[in-house]
Amino acid sequence: MKELSLHILDIVQNSIVANAKLIEIMIVENKANNIYIISIKDNGKGMTIEMLANVTDPYCTSRNTRKVGLGIPLFKQNAERAGGSFTIDSALGKGTVLTAIFQHNNFDRPMLGDIAGVIVLTVAANENIHFIYTHTTETGEYIFDTDEIKEAMDGMSINQPQVIRYLKEMIKENLTEIHYSN
Amino acid sequence: MTKVKSLADLRKMKEGLESKLNLREKGNNTESLVQIRVAMATCGIASGAKTVMEYFIDELEKRNIEAIVTQTGCMGYCYAEPTIEVTLPNQDPVVFGFVNEKKANEIIEKYIKNNELVDGIIPVNYESIQK
Repeated sequence: MKELSLHILDIVQNSIVANAKLIEIMIVENKANNIYIISIKDNGKGMTIEMLANVTDPYCTSRNTRKVGLGIPLFKQNAERAGGSFTIDSALGKGTVLTAIFQHNNFDRPMLGDIAGVIVLTVAANENIHFIYTHTTETGEYIFDTDEIKEAMDGMSINQPQVIRYLKEMIKENLTEIHYSN
Repeated sequence: MTKVKSLADLRKMKEGLESKLNLREKGNNTESLVQIRVAMATCGIASGAKTVMEYFIDELEKRNIEAIVTQTGCMGYCYAEPTIEVTLPNQDPVVFGFVNEKKANEIIEKYIKNNELVDGIIPVNYESIQK
Protein backbone atom coordinates (compact mmCIF):
# COMPACT_ATOMS: atom_id res chain seq x y z
CA MET A 1 0.00 0.00 0.00
CA LYS A 2 1.21 3.47 -0.68
CA GLU A 3 0.16 4.86 2.69
CA LEU A 4 0.37 3.49 6.20
CA SER A 5 -3.21 4.56 6.90
CA LEU A 6 -4.40 2.19 4.17
CA HIS A 7 -2.61 -0.70 5.88
CA ILE A 8 -4.41 0.25 9.06
CA LEU A 9 -7.74 0.33 7.21
CA ASP A 10 -6.95 -3.13 5.88
CA ILE A 11 -5.88 -4.74 9.15
CA VAL A 12 -8.85 -3.29 10.99
CA GLN A 13 -11.11 -5.07 8.49
CA ASN A 14 -9.56 -8.32 9.74
CA SER A 15 -10.50 -7.39 13.28
CA ILE A 16 -14.04 -6.60 12.20
CA VAL A 17 -14.40 -9.94 10.44
CA ALA A 18 -13.12 -11.60 13.62
CA ASN A 19 -16.14 -10.12 15.42
CA ALA A 20 -14.10 -7.85 17.63
CA LYS A 21 -16.09 -5.58 19.92
CA LEU A 22 -13.09 -3.46 20.84
CA ILE A 23 -10.42 -2.43 18.38
CA GLU A 24 -7.47 -0.34 19.54
CA ILE A 25 -5.28 1.43 17.03
CA MET A 26 -2.08 2.89 18.43
CA ILE A 27 0.49 4.96 16.62
CA VAL A 28 3.62 5.98 18.46
CA GLU A 29 6.15 8.32 16.90
CA ASN A 30 9.54 8.86 18.42
CA LYS A 31 11.93 10.79 16.23
CA ALA A 32 14.66 10.84 18.85
CA ASN A 33 14.86 7.07 18.75
CA ASN A 34 13.97 6.98 15.08
CA ILE A 35 10.97 4.74 15.47
CA TYR A 36 7.41 4.76 14.19
CA ILE A 37 5.17 2.11 15.68
CA ILE A 38 1.74 1.03 14.55
CA SER A 39 -0.12 -1.42 16.72
CA ILE A 40 -3.60 -2.81 16.21
CA LYS A 41 -5.22 -4.86 18.91
CA ASP A 42 -8.61 -6.50 18.91
CA ASN A 43 -10.68 -8.76 21.14
CA GLY A 44 -12.07 -10.79 18.29
CA LYS A 45 -12.12 -14.53 18.00
CA GLY A 46 -8.37 -14.89 17.63
CA MET A 47 -6.44 -17.48 15.68
CA THR A 48 -5.40 -21.07 16.25
CA ILE A 49 -1.72 -21.80 16.71
CA GLU A 50 -1.53 -23.22 13.20
CA MET A 51 -3.16 -20.20 11.65
CA LEU A 52 -0.96 -17.80 13.62
CA ALA A 53 2.15 -19.65 12.43
CA ASN A 54 1.10 -19.24 8.81
CA VAL A 55 -0.62 -15.90 8.85
CA THR A 56 2.21 -13.99 7.23
CA ASP A 57 2.17 -16.38 4.28
CA PRO A 58 0.38 -14.76 1.35
CA TYR A 59 -1.36 -18.03 0.62
CA CYS A 60 -2.91 -18.17 4.05
CA THR A 61 -6.35 -16.64 4.37
CA SER A 62 -9.49 -17.08 6.39
CA ARG A 63 -11.87 -16.31 3.58
CA ASN A 64 -13.26 -18.68 0.99
CA THR A 65 -13.70 -16.27 -1.90
CA ARG A 66 -9.99 -16.31 -2.71
CA LYS A 67 -6.93 -18.36 -1.87
CA VAL A 68 -4.67 -15.46 -0.95
CA GLY A 69 -4.55 -13.07 1.94
CA LEU A 70 -2.17 -10.25 1.20
CA GLY A 71 -2.93 -7.68 3.87
CA ILE A 72 -0.61 -8.98 6.56
CA PRO A 73 2.30 -10.11 4.35
CA LEU A 74 2.32 -6.76 2.53
CA PHE A 75 2.33 -4.80 5.77
CA LYS A 76 5.14 -6.99 7.11
CA GLN A 77 7.13 -6.47 3.93
CA ASN A 78 6.74 -2.71 4.16
CA ALA A 79 7.90 -2.66 7.78
CA GLU A 80 10.93 -4.81 7.13
CA ARG A 81 11.87 -2.83 4.04
CA ALA A 82 11.91 0.32 6.14
CA GLY A 83 14.43 -1.09 8.55
CA GLY A 84 11.78 -2.21 10.98
CA SER A 85 10.07 -5.31 12.23
CA PHE A 86 6.69 -6.95 12.44
CA THR A 87 5.08 -9.13 15.06
CA ILE A 88 1.67 -10.66 15.38
CA ASP A 89 0.26 -12.55 18.30
CA SER A 90 -3.08 -14.14 18.84
CA ALA A 91 -4.97 -16.54 21.05
CA LEU A 92 -8.19 -18.32 20.22
CA GLY A 93 -11.06 -16.70 22.02
CA LYS A 94 -8.93 -13.78 23.20
CA GLY A 95 -8.02 -11.70 20.20
CA THR A 96 -5.10 -10.60 18.13
CA VAL A 97 -2.44 -7.93 18.34
CA LEU A 98 -0.25 -6.88 15.46
CA THR A 99 2.68 -4.49 15.71
CA ALA A 100 4.62 -2.97 12.82
CA ILE A 101 7.72 -0.96 13.61
CA PHE A 102 9.35 1.31 11.07
CA GLN A 103 12.41 3.53 11.18
CA HIS A 104 10.88 6.98 11.36
CA ASN A 105 13.26 8.62 8.90
CA ASN A 106 13.65 5.70 6.55
CA PHE A 107 12.96 6.68 2.95
CA ASP A 108 11.01 3.48 2.46
CA ARG A 109 8.58 4.19 5.23
CA PRO A 110 5.35 5.16 3.47
CA MET A 111 3.62 8.35 4.53
CA LEU A 112 0.80 7.99 7.00
CA GLY A 113 -1.74 9.46 4.61
CA ASP A 114 -5.33 10.29 5.46
CA ILE A 115 -5.56 8.58 8.84
CA ALA A 116 -8.47 10.79 9.86
CA GLY A 117 -10.43 9.62 6.84
CA VAL A 118 -9.59 5.99 7.50
CA ILE A 119 -10.60 6.17 11.16
CA VAL A 120 -13.83 8.05 10.58
CA LEU A 121 -14.91 5.91 7.62
CA THR A 122 -14.34 2.73 9.60
CA VAL A 123 -15.99 4.00 12.75
CA ALA A 124 -19.04 5.29 10.88
CA ALA A 125 -19.51 2.04 8.98
CA ASN A 126 -19.25 -0.04 12.16
CA GLU A 127 -21.12 1.86 14.82
CA ASN A 128 -21.56 -1.12 17.11
CA ILE A 129 -17.80 -1.60 17.57
CA HIS A 130 -15.81 0.33 20.17
CA PHE A 131 -12.72 1.90 18.61
CA ILE A 132 -9.92 3.66 20.44
CA TYR A 133 -7.33 5.43 18.31
CA THR A 134 -4.32 6.75 20.20
CA HIS A 135 -1.59 8.77 18.55
CA THR A 136 1.48 9.63 20.57
CA THR A 137 4.30 11.92 19.56
CA GLU A 138 7.07 13.56 21.52
CA THR A 139 4.79 16.60 21.83
CA GLY A 140 1.75 14.90 23.23
CA GLU A 141 -0.95 12.33 22.85
CA TYR A 142 -4.35 12.36 21.18
CA ILE A 143 -7.02 9.84 22.00
CA PHE A 144 -10.09 9.32 19.84
CA ASP A 145 -12.50 7.06 21.66
CA THR A 146 -15.82 6.19 20.03
CA ASP A 147 -17.46 5.79 23.43
CA GLU A 148 -16.82 9.48 24.04
CA ILE A 149 -18.03 10.38 20.58
CA LYS A 150 -21.22 8.35 21.03
CA GLU A 151 -21.83 10.03 24.33
CA ALA A 152 -21.48 13.45 22.75
CA MET A 153 -23.76 12.36 19.92
CA ASP A 154 -26.32 11.13 22.43
CA GLY A 155 -27.76 8.33 20.34
CA MET A 156 -27.54 10.03 16.97
CA SER A 157 -25.91 8.03 14.20
CA ILE A 158 -22.31 8.85 13.28
CA ASN A 159 -22.81 7.58 9.74
CA GLN A 160 -23.94 10.87 8.28
CA PRO A 161 -21.94 13.10 5.95
CA GLN A 162 -21.92 16.16 8.20
CA VAL A 163 -20.76 14.20 11.21
CA ILE A 164 -18.16 12.35 9.17
CA ARG A 165 -16.77 15.61 7.85
CA TYR A 166 -16.71 17.14 11.30
CA LEU A 167 -14.95 14.19 12.92
CA LYS A 168 -12.33 14.12 10.17
CA GLU A 169 -11.56 17.78 10.80
CA MET A 170 -11.49 17.19 14.51
CA ILE A 171 -8.98 14.39 14.23
CA LYS A 172 -6.78 16.28 11.79
CA GLU A 173 -6.67 19.36 13.99
CA ASN A 174 -5.84 17.40 17.09
CA LEU A 175 -3.10 15.49 15.31
CA THR A 176 -1.62 18.71 14.00
CA GLU A 177 -1.60 19.99 17.58
CA ILE A 178 0.70 17.20 18.63
CA HIS A 179 2.89 17.68 15.55
CA TYR A 180 2.25 14.33 14.01
CA SER A 181 4.22 13.33 10.93
CA ASN A 182 2.26 12.70 7.82
CA MET B 1 -7.95 28.77 24.07
CA THR B 2 -7.00 26.81 21.00
CA LYS B 3 -9.34 26.50 18.07
CA VAL B 4 -8.97 22.75 18.03
CA LYS B 5 -12.28 20.96 17.91
CA SER B 6 -13.20 19.17 21.09
CA LEU B 7 -16.00 16.92 22.21
CA ALA B 8 -17.90 19.93 23.53
CA ASP B 9 -17.84 21.40 20.03
CA LEU B 10 -19.08 18.09 18.69
CA ARG B 11 -22.07 18.27 20.98
CA LYS B 12 -22.88 21.76 19.77
CA MET B 13 -22.61 20.68 16.17
CA LYS B 14 -24.87 17.76 16.84
CA GLU B 15 -27.51 20.03 18.31
CA GLY B 16 -27.40 22.08 15.15
CA LEU B 17 -27.98 18.91 13.15
CA GLU B 18 -30.91 17.75 15.20
CA SER B 19 -33.12 20.48 13.94
CA LYS B 20 -32.69 19.03 10.48
CA LEU B 21 -33.51 15.55 11.69
CA ASN B 22 -33.29 13.16 8.83
CA LEU B 23 -35.29 10.04 7.90
CA ARG B 24 -32.82 7.67 9.46
CA GLU B 25 -33.45 8.85 13.01
CA LYS B 26 -37.23 8.68 12.74
CA GLY B 27 -38.12 5.03 12.84
CA ASN B 28 -34.76 3.92 11.44
CA ASN B 29 -36.38 2.57 8.30
CA THR B 30 -33.37 1.29 6.37
CA GLU B 31 -35.56 -0.50 3.82
CA SER B 32 -36.58 2.77 2.26
CA LEU B 33 -33.03 4.07 1.87
CA VAL B 34 -30.48 3.31 -0.79
CA GLN B 35 -27.82 1.04 0.66
CA ILE B 36 -24.30 1.02 -0.68
CA ARG B 37 -21.66 -1.39 0.51
CA VAL B 38 -18.09 -0.80 -0.59
CA ALA B 39 -15.77 -3.81 -0.60
CA MET B 40 -12.91 -3.00 1.72
CA ALA B 41 -10.52 -5.92 1.43
CA THR B 42 -6.82 -5.57 0.64
CA CYS B 43 -7.33 -5.54 -3.12
CA GLY B 44 -10.13 -3.03 -2.84
CA ILE B 45 -8.21 -0.71 -0.55
CA ALA B 46 -5.13 -0.92 -2.76
CA SER B 47 -7.23 0.06 -5.81
CA GLY B 48 -8.88 3.06 -4.22
CA ALA B 49 -12.00 1.83 -2.41
CA LYS B 50 -11.57 4.45 0.28
CA THR B 51 -11.78 7.25 -2.28
CA VAL B 52 -14.90 5.66 -3.76
CA MET B 53 -16.55 5.39 -0.37
CA GLU B 54 -15.79 9.02 0.44
CA TYR B 55 -17.09 10.07 -2.96
CA PHE B 56 -20.42 8.34 -2.41
CA ILE B 57 -20.85 9.81 1.05
CA ASP B 58 -20.17 13.34 -0.20
CA GLU B 59 -21.99 13.20 -3.52
CA LEU B 60 -25.14 11.52 -2.27
CA GLU B 61 -25.40 14.23 0.31
CA LYS B 62 -24.87 16.95 -2.27
CA ARG B 63 -27.48 15.46 -4.56
CA ASN B 64 -29.90 14.98 -1.70
CA ILE B 65 -30.20 11.24 -1.92
CA GLU B 66 -30.86 9.49 1.37
CA ALA B 67 -28.48 6.58 1.60
CA ILE B 68 -26.44 4.47 3.96
CA VAL B 69 -22.86 3.82 2.89
CA THR B 70 -20.97 1.08 4.69
CA GLN B 71 -18.05 -1.25 4.25
CA THR B 72 -18.03 -4.93 3.54
CA GLY B 73 -15.30 -7.53 3.23
CA CYS B 74 -14.02 -9.31 0.17
CA MET B 75 -16.81 -10.09 -2.24
CA GLY B 76 -14.45 -12.17 -4.35
CA TYR B 77 -14.15 -9.90 -7.38
CA CYS B 78 -10.53 -8.92 -6.85
CA TYR B 79 -9.96 -8.51 -10.59
CA ALA B 80 -12.64 -5.84 -10.73
CA GLU B 81 -11.82 -3.77 -7.67
CA PRO B 82 -13.03 -1.33 -6.45
CA THR B 83 -16.41 -3.02 -6.25
CA ILE B 84 -19.62 -1.85 -4.63
CA GLU B 85 -22.98 -3.41 -3.95
CA VAL B 86 -25.96 -1.13 -4.45
CA THR B 87 -29.38 -2.02 -3.10
CA LEU B 88 -32.19 0.30 -4.16
CA PRO B 89 -35.31 0.22 -1.97
CA ASN B 90 -37.31 -2.92 -2.57
CA GLN B 91 -34.90 -4.24 -5.15
CA ASP B 92 -32.26 -6.93 -5.27
CA PRO B 93 -28.67 -5.86 -4.72
CA VAL B 94 -26.50 -5.25 -7.78
CA VAL B 95 -22.72 -5.43 -7.76
CA PHE B 96 -20.68 -2.99 -9.83
CA GLY B 97 -17.00 -3.38 -10.58
CA PHE B 98 -14.18 -1.11 -11.70
CA VAL B 99 -15.73 1.74 -9.77
CA ASN B 100 -13.81 4.99 -9.85
CA GLU B 101 -15.14 8.48 -9.21
CA LYS B 102 -16.33 8.85 -12.80
CA LYS B 103 -18.16 5.52 -12.71
CA ALA B 104 -19.54 6.33 -9.29
CA ASN B 105 -21.00 9.50 -10.72
CA GLU B 106 -22.60 7.49 -13.52
CA ILE B 107 -23.99 4.98 -11.05
CA ILE B 108 -25.55 7.74 -9.00
CA GLU B 109 -27.04 9.58 -11.96
CA LYS B 110 -28.24 6.59 -13.92
CA TYR B 111 -28.81 3.64 -11.62
CA ILE B 112 -29.63 5.27 -8.32
CA LYS B 113 -31.67 8.14 -9.67
CA ASN B 114 -33.31 6.53 -12.69
CA ASN B 115 -32.93 2.81 -12.19
CA GLU B 116 -31.08 2.60 -15.52
CA LEU B 117 -28.51 -0.16 -15.62
CA VAL B 118 -24.92 0.89 -16.13
CA ASP B 119 -21.94 -0.93 -17.70
CA GLY B 120 -19.72 -2.90 -15.40
CA ILE B 121 -22.28 -4.90 -13.48
CA ILE B 122 -20.88 -8.12 -12.15
CA PRO B 123 -23.50 -10.74 -12.85
CA VAL B 124 -23.65 -13.26 -10.06
CA ASN B 125 -26.26 -14.54 -7.71
CA TYR B 126 -28.32 -11.59 -6.67
CA GLU B 127 -28.38 -12.45 -3.00
CA SER B 128 -26.84 -9.93 -0.69
CA ILE B 129 -23.31 -10.91 0.19
CA GLN B 130 -22.87 -11.62 3.87
CA LYS B 131 -19.44 -10.86 5.24
